[in-house]
This record gives sequence, structure tokens and C-alpha cells, in this order.
Amino acid sequence: MFKIAHKQRLNPTVTRMEIEAPLIARKAEPGQFIILRVDENGERFPLTIADTDRENGLVSIIFQLVGAATEALNHKNEGEYIQDFVGPLGSPTHTEGLKRVAIIGGGVGGASAYPVAKKLHEQGCEVTSIVGFRNRELLILEDEFKAASARYIVKTDDGSYGTKGLVTDALRELLEAGETFDEVIAIGPLIMMKFVCALTKEFGVKTTVSMNPIMIDGTGMCGGCRLTVGGVTKFACVDGPDFDGHLVDFDEAMQRSRTYYDFERKAHEETCNLFQKEAK
Amino acid sequence: MPNMSLVKNEMPSQAPDVRNKNFSEVALGYTEEQAIDEAQRCLNCKHKPCVSGCPVQIDIPAFIERIIAHDFEGAYQSISKSSSLPAVCGRVCPQESQCECKCVRGVKGEPVAIGRLERFVADWHNANATEAPVKPVPNGHKVAIVGSGPAGLTCAGDLAKKGYEVTVFEALHLAGGVLVYGIPEFRLPKAIVQKEIDTLKSIGVKLETNMVIGRVLSIDELFESGFEAVFIGSGAGLPRFMNIPGENLKGVFSANEFLTRTNLMRAYRNDSATPIVKAKKVAVVGGGNVAMDAARCAKRLGAEEVSIVYRRSEAELPARHEEVEHAKEEGILFKVLVNPCEITGDTNGWVNGMVCREMTLGEPDASGRRRPVEKEGSEFKMDVDCVIMSIGTSPNPLIKSTTKGLDTQKWGGIIVQEETGLTSREGVYAGGDAVTGAATVILAMGAGKTAAQAIDEQLSKK
Repeated sequence: MFKIAHKQRLNPTVTRMEIEAPLIARKAEPGQFIILRVDENGERFPLTIADTDRENGLVSIIFQLVGAATEALNHKNEGEYIQDFVGPLGSPTHTEGLKRVAIIGGGVGGASAYPVAKKLHEQGCEVTSIVGFRNRELLILEDEFKAASARYIVKTDDGSYGTKGLVTDALRELLEAGETFDEVIAIGPLIMMKFVCALTKEFGVKTTVSMNPIMIDGTGMCGGCRLTVGGVTKFACVDGPDFDGHLVDFDEAMQRSRTYYDFERKAHEETCNLFQKEAK
Repeated sequence: MPNMSLVKNEMPSQAPDVRNKNFSEVALGYTEEQAIDEAQRCLNCKHKPCVSGCPVQIDIPAFIERIIAHDFEGAYQSISKSSSLPAVCGRVCPQESQCECKCVRGVKGEPVAIGRLERFVADWHNANATEAPVKPVPNGHKVAIVGSGPAGLTCAGDLAKKGYEVTVFEALHLAGGVLVYGIPEFRLPKAIVQKEIDTLKSIGVKLETNMVIGRVLSIDELFESGFEAVFIGSGAGLPRFMNIPGENLKGVFSANEFLTRTNLMRAYRNDSATPIVKAKKVAVVGGGNVAMDAARCAKRLGAEEVSIVYRRSEAELPARHEEVEHAKEEGILFKVLVNPCEITGDTNGWVNGMVCREMTLGEPDASGRRRPVEKEGSEFKMDVDCVIMSIGTSPNPLIKSTTKGLDTQKWGGIIVQEETGLTSREGVYAGGDAVTGAATVILAMGAGKTAAQAIDEQLSKK
């Protein structure tokens, strides 16, 4: 059992938790993830490690309420325990030798992008962070990103904060103005990563994406998380989750991510009803 | 006077068209009377050929003698000198190619039902034993076991009985390896696996779940933290795919994923949060025991039509004969001499068919089996909405890639000295599927036992 040391609401749909897991905290590197299970009959699902506090043995996770499992996790309070918490899984993001990088974070994907920005910044890399949200209310990690970036750009879909538009608009402006990057690292919804890759391909900029397919074990034993990368099947949990974005078959990944859509929607409704009943 | 019946006592079991709709155990086990009657078929041979057929060398006539004497606990104690998992082995061992194939009674008639008797004894003990097992006196040595499948648990059990302080590291949230994620409930109830693991814990084996060795701790770090030897029993969990078009469509699974969702995550139960695709027409590609398990699970999950698709003929099916028979009784269809070449999908990315070719058998290949050859112009389409790939697994590369100086075969198997299980690294032993590639539960147990003995010899010199 793993204790929830701190819990914080970052915005109406996003929660941050710090979990007591000293062994994972000691080893985790940016780009790696954990698999957790909230309770005995819960399902296993992956979350990126958003930060670590090695000294106090804490691992941060940041999650959006999107379904039954994240609702159940959010229902847990500080001081309570979650059943299983395993990691660090996947290969760390490659950061060696990078001097000028643009980090693109879409929505809650910003939570996964932040530790990468922080590590690059600490290595002396010039980091441009471009983060996007639907509106001002959903903004997360602004102070953290600012501290880890030479330049910080916020875009919102409705223009309620930063400038109106998509992260790709901001990146296009920079690239068209002649800015150069050793690499673009994009983390967020599949559709966002797909369009970032289409743009950077135009400009010939190497792009790494962090893929987020359906996973069960996260150790390479089932292939549920498989993707086509450069025409070859890869398992995101062990070969990734980072891949060369220009080689990823995003359309296939988007299809596969909807495999359990009907089941998930039903489970989500049931969970919400259950929690509402409890609240009464 | 021995019981001279030429046939084994039948084991009561659920009727086929009842059991193919539930996940409860198919075979129900002997009653005390049936067990004693079957035990009396044993001739108590002096040269005990059956023992040489058992990979962990249980003294079979000795435990059978205790059954005849109504001393079921004595029979259990006799078995447990050699085996740590009798309730498991009595159920899943291929006895027809091990102990029972050496039985003298099998020369004329059927051999003694050694597996069923072992199972009876273990179940009797689990239901009736009152005394807690005696915890051995600690000898002060610490051993780490990587993986809690049959190899790791056997190695752990043997070492714990000798007084070693043993810690088993398991990557998943439940211990048991293939016993919990692979073999279905209806062949091996999970409560039985748990009971065997609890017995190991009660003799001092420590179990740490959620520990992926290679990621959270390396083999070298295990030594740094005070372990004097390490046994790697990490299995062969990496599934193979065919690399044919359409394999990444929705509705195509590795058998490992399908079975993990069903067995470990209990997706067949309404109270499980883990989803599974509800398919109507399922094709399971492959002919091994895993394919039979996947097919029988698919049927129980409500599929109308489940087919085994195998590229050789029925005579070459690698699955146990008994499993094939059970599958047939439950209504699984067998499409042999058929090989898929493409999986087709609809506009939403769901499987809607599988294109196959008929095969004929050519000359024997290196493995001695006749090689399947495609019949030209024989393409036909199967109407399916789910495909389960069960064409084998290979060792997970994680340990290899994170352990310096650990030699492996090209295909990933860890290289060991056969008689000890010692790897190319001092103090590091390995066994089971991590060494051999996908094999059987009992061979993994035998390897765990061999390594435990070698570890004991090495450490007791210190």
C-alpha cells in the first residue's frame, strides 16, 4: 500500500498527488511513468511521473478526471493509501547534448512535459516552453514552467489567458521567424502531437513525442500498448514511451486508444453516480 | 492386494455445456474413497520408474502408500519434501509425458493417476491441516529471487526450508507469474495458488510485489543491499506477433493480454474495473496450451463461435491431449492446416475478418516436425471480430539490458550451466522460461530446485 502524502487540486479537473514511494523516487528520471491501481478491484493504468522529491521519498503524479479510475483516485484523500504503485517504467527522455529545445505541453500533458523542461534547464539547455489549455481556468504549473524555461508562451483556445490559439500556432510563428531548435519535445493529446509533428516535419526539426496508449502491465508482457513506428511494431511501455514523432502512425494510435470507449463511458457514469450517492 | 483395474478412476467434473459458461474449476477432484481406490492400483515397485519421470523427483510410491494407509497428512508431508506447489502441479503438469509415462501399470492399461492423487493430497491438506508449518532455523544467508512464477517460488521454498532468508521480487501486484495471469481459473483456481504462496510465507519467504527488477533496483543493487546470491526466474513474457497486415487493429490481442485481462484482472467478473472486448466470433491463432486457454476463456466470456487456427495438422498440436479434448467438448472449433496472412478491419479500425491460406505438410524441418507449406490459390476469408495471437513468447529483455556481464542467447534466453543454473555472473543463477524460452510449469520448478541446491552449496561454503 502506498500513502498519499499530499493532495492538491490544480484546477477543476486536474489533481496533483505526492505518493510515498522512496525506491521509485530515488530512481525516476523525466519521461518515465508509473502504473497504479487504486484499490482491490481497480484497473491498472499509467501516469507520467511529474516530479520527484528524492530526499523525502515522494513521487508526484498529476492527473485529469477523465474516467472511472481517475475519479476513484481523486476520491482518495491525503493520508489514505492506494493499493499498487509500480515504477519507474519506460525509458527516460533522451536529453543529452541538447542546447536549444522547444517543449510543447498540451493540457494535462504539461505535467509530463514539465520534468523534461526542468531537467534540460538544469543541464544549461535553452528551453522554450509552449503550453496550451482550453481556457484560463485549466492552466497548470505556470510558476514551475517559468522557472524552468528561458521563454514561456501560453496559448488558450478561447483567448482567456496568454494569446488565443493553439500551441502549433505559437510554434509555427517561431519557426517562420527563423528560430532553430535542436529538438522539439511534444507531450499532450494524440491529436496535438500529430499536428506538432506535421508542422516540424515541414521545417525539418527533429521531434520527440511521448505516447500514451492503453496499458495493463507496463512491463512488456502483453503488447496492449503497441504502436507502429517507422512501419515496425513497438511496445510503448518498454521501447518508449518516447518516439520519433515523424515515424509514429498517429491515426492508428488514435483508433486503438478508443478500443474501450463504450465500456469506459459506462464505467465513468456508474462511478460518478456512486460517488454522488455517497456524498448525499 | 492391489487394485488390478486397467483404467484410472474417473475424476468427477463439470459437464461441458455447463462449464463453458462459467469460470469455476472444470475437474472437481477425487473423494477420499476414490483416492484410496486409485492409490491401490500402485504396485509399489522397488525401482520406482515414476520418480525418474518427475522433474522434482517426488517419492511417488511413498506418498501413495500413505494414502492407502488413510494418512493423508503424512502423504502431504512426504510430497512437500520435494515439491513446494503440489496443488498446482497435480493440476497443470503434463503427467502423461512425465511421471505417469514411466508407470509400470501403463504398459498394459492406464498408468496410476499420480497427478490426480497428488492433487487430492494437497487439497486435503489445504482443507484440513491445522498445524502451522514449522519455520526453519535461520542460517544467516540472504538470497533474492527475481520473479514469483513456478521457478522462483520453488527456488524460494527450497531455500527457505534450509534456513535461508529469502525475498521474492515480483513486478505485478500479485505473486504467481503464469499461475495467476496465464492459466485460467477454471484449470487452476487462484485461491489455490494463493494458499500455496501463503504456505511459503509462513515458512519465512518474504514477498515484495510491484518491484520491477531492472528498473527500480538492478541486480547489482540487490548484491549491494546484502543479498549473497540472486536467482532470476523472470519467465518468457514477451509476446510474439506474426507481422502480418492488420495486426494492430482493435480486437487483435496477444494471448498474454487477453489472458491477463481475464485472469489477473478478472475482467470476466462484473465487479472488475478492467474491460475486455465482448466478441462474437473469435479466432485463436496457435496450437499450444496457451491457445487452448485463450479459446476456452473466450467461449466463457460469451463468444458464439471460437476457432483454433493452426498451421500444422491435428497430430502436431503442441497442446496437451487432455486440453484439446476439453476444448472440443466445450465447443471450440479446430481449423487445422490453416495460416492467416492478413487481418481486415472496418472503417472504425475494428477487426471484421481474417484472410487465411490452406497449408499442406512438407518435409520435416530442423525441429523434426513436418514443415507447413502454403497451398497456392487457397486463400479464403474467415468471418471474425476478434483475433488472439498465441504463437509463443520470448524472454523479456529488461534484466539482460540492465545487468552487465549477463550472457544470453541471440533470442534472449539467459545462458546457464545446466547442472547448476549458474549464469555468466558470479552468484547469479537463472532458471525456467527465462533460460529455456516458453516451456512448462514443472520444468521451471525443476530448474528452481536445481538452482536452490547449487546456491546452497555455494553459500554454505562461506
